[in-house]
Amino acid sequence: MAGKTLYDKVWDAHVVRSEEDGTALLYIDRHLIHEVTSPQAFEGLRLAGRQPWRVGSILGVADHNVPTTDRASGIADPVSRTQVDTLDANCTAFGITEFRMNDLRQGIVHVIGPEQGATLPGMTVVCGDSHTATHGAFGALAFGIGTSEVEHVMATQCLVQKKSKNMRVTVKGHVGPGVEGKDIVLAIIGELGTAGGTGYTIEFAGEAIADLSMEGRMTVCNMAIEAGARAGMVAVDQTTIDYVKNRPYGPTAAQWEAAVASWQDLHSDEDAVFDKEIVIDAATIKPQVTWGTSPEMVVPVDAVVPDPAAESDSVKASGMEKALAYMGISAGMPITDIAIDKVFIGSCTNSRIEDLRSAAAVIKGRRKADSVSVAMVVPGSGLVKQQAEKEGLDKIFTDAGFEWREPGCSMCLAMNADRLEPGERCASTSNRNFEGRQGQGGRTHLVSPAMAAAAAIAGHFVDARAF
Amino acid sequence: MQKFEVETGLVAPMDRPNVDTDAIIPKQYLKSIKRAGFGPNLFDDWRYLDPGAPDADNSQRRINPDFVLNQPRYAGATILLARENFGCGSSREHAVWALTDYGFRAVIAPAFADIFYNNSFKNGFLPIALKEEEVDALFKACFANEGYSLTIDLAAQTVSTPDGEAYHFDIDPFRKHCLLNGLDDIELTLQHRAEIENYEARRRQEAPWLFGGA
Ligand code: SF4
Repeated sequence: MAGKTLYDKVWDAHVVRSEEDGTALLYIDRHLIHEVTSPQAFEGLRLAGRQPWRVGSILGVADHNVPTTDRASGIADPVSRTQVDTLDANCTAFGITEFRMNDLRQGIVHVIGPEQGATLPGMTVVCGDSHTATHGAFGALAFGIGTSEVEHVMATQCLVQKKSKNMRVTVKGHVGPGVEGKDIVLAIIGELGTAGGTGYTIEFAGEAIADLSMEGRMTVCNMAIEAGARAGMVAVDQTTIDYVKNRPYGPTAAQWEAAVASWQDLHSDEDAVFDKEIVIDAATIKPQVTWGTSPEMVVPVDAVVPDPAAESDSVKASGMEKALAYMGISAGMPITDIAIDKVFIGSCTNSRIEDLRSAAAVIKGRRKADSVSVAMVVPGSGLVKQQAEKEGLDKIFTDAGFEWREPGCSMCLAMNADRLEPGERCASTSNRNFEGRQGQGGRTHLVSPAMAAAAAIAGHFVDARAF
Repeated sequence: MQKFEVETGLVAPMDRPNVDTDAIIPKQYLKSIKRAGFGPNLFDDWRYLDPGAPDADNSQRRINPDFVLNQPRYAGATILLARENFGCGSSREHAVWALTDYGFRAVIAPAFADIFYNNSFKNGFLPIALKEEEVDALFKACFANEGYSLTIDLAAQTVSTPDGEAYHFDIDPFRKHCLLNGLDDIELTLQHRAEIENYEARRRQEAPWLFGGA
């Protein structure tokens, strides 16, 4: 019998029962909730007179709607405030631990889970949010669910699931200096396409992935969903174990040895068979910039905007034309000629301490271009913010004319007051460049933190490696 | 949950690939804490010429006459015809709530994003994957014939055209059963309560750190 993949192992360990047709009842270890996708689930619980199955498995945080300035005066927008208040009230009513808006531990749900050790190797982790894939960086099986499923997990601690297929993306060799996790994953999505991973769980493997810190691995897994895969995973190694150690919700000292011993098996067996394998040569990956309205519309910074006329698939070509029209750029234009209006460094993809260090390293001693109206840094959590301030990064940013904000999702999706105006163009470290994502009519180019920082200085895209 | 058995309805064509959940229901409308009322903001950015707001009166807004759902011939459509990777993007179930609130009962496309596909079944809304060439043929027929309608028979797993062609679609038997009978997933799962408890007790022994509480 062939060996098991990492995904097979974590899956098998969580099957409570399975039906003949392959549907399984899968046990969920950790359930993260936030204010946008939970209210209707709580409403459902109440209507049915149900209680959460295991309250301790749930961790709540408000992130999407929270303001990133002047928190002391509360949330100005009444609709946002209702959502956050509803989460607070629901967590209180059901006895769920929640990091409230002014708690130092508050932040983006996918940043705080790992930071607190609430995400551990080998766990099943779910959240009503597609970027839950992030937590797969720990060798966990983590995926986004809809609100009905949020209710289902709360009521039963389980989900009804069908197993997906196994894909391995191996990034062979080592990336050059200045090439970050974000560039790796954008290059992978460029190769796979936004639907290439649909129906699969992707394991990211190879030296270039092993080289990454946990922050970098989270960036890569975070965007697995942008390749259509519900979950991305990375095998557990010493980097993982070092990161997890001494986190508040992690194993106690007495449990530590046994936990680490059990994690040793969290990798694919040598003879495991994948349904699909992709190999990418790390040495060929350059800093990436998206040019269109889907993350697969991506090219290296030294390339030009692609020409729809050269695309043989007519549906694709018309999608490209629509994207170019929306983005207000034309085929053949060098990426480095694209001037930007705003810069956003943040989101669950790139708002961790290492991301801020990387951006600060580019910015240090420089100033943002006058043509860039706003350059905003939004740390992923209160603890990230605190660490950055301890290292003096906030000073580097503010000296360069950047705004230093409070933690949250912010301009990743513009549910709070941070947004693009129609026609404005943004270099963003977030994960989605869909039409209107950062504000109606706004134009988003996805890049790494170093690339966003370099663009802020130059006023247009530029190879951050030259800085 | 609303049952789904047979649906005969007018078809509206959404002729672009990768229609994402932000396009289906823009995030400013996710602030509601209810499940109903999302229909008037379905495809909001494309459907209206002026910006909207949660709680705004949509009947006062300027509609975009070029947008497909605003064309009189598609008024009252209950079946949406779409291209590949429909429903990609965020996990928001609001996308499905907006489609059903508008009046759609099913969507046909060559492929769907996984989470959207899953969410659909929880709401009595049927996503049907047909072959690319079949979807293409349906688009052509829909554009060519005003009042074009289809019949979806879930029990038989077929989509039938007015000229008698029937396309077969696949569906997971469990989901089909739940949809045909309008069954609540949670109640079904709780029938296995003892098994869940046994599993949990065993895991607490094997790996107690997984139960470290928040
Ligand atoms: S940062 Fe953006 S992608 Fe991440 S959870 Fe928040 S809104 Fe979603």
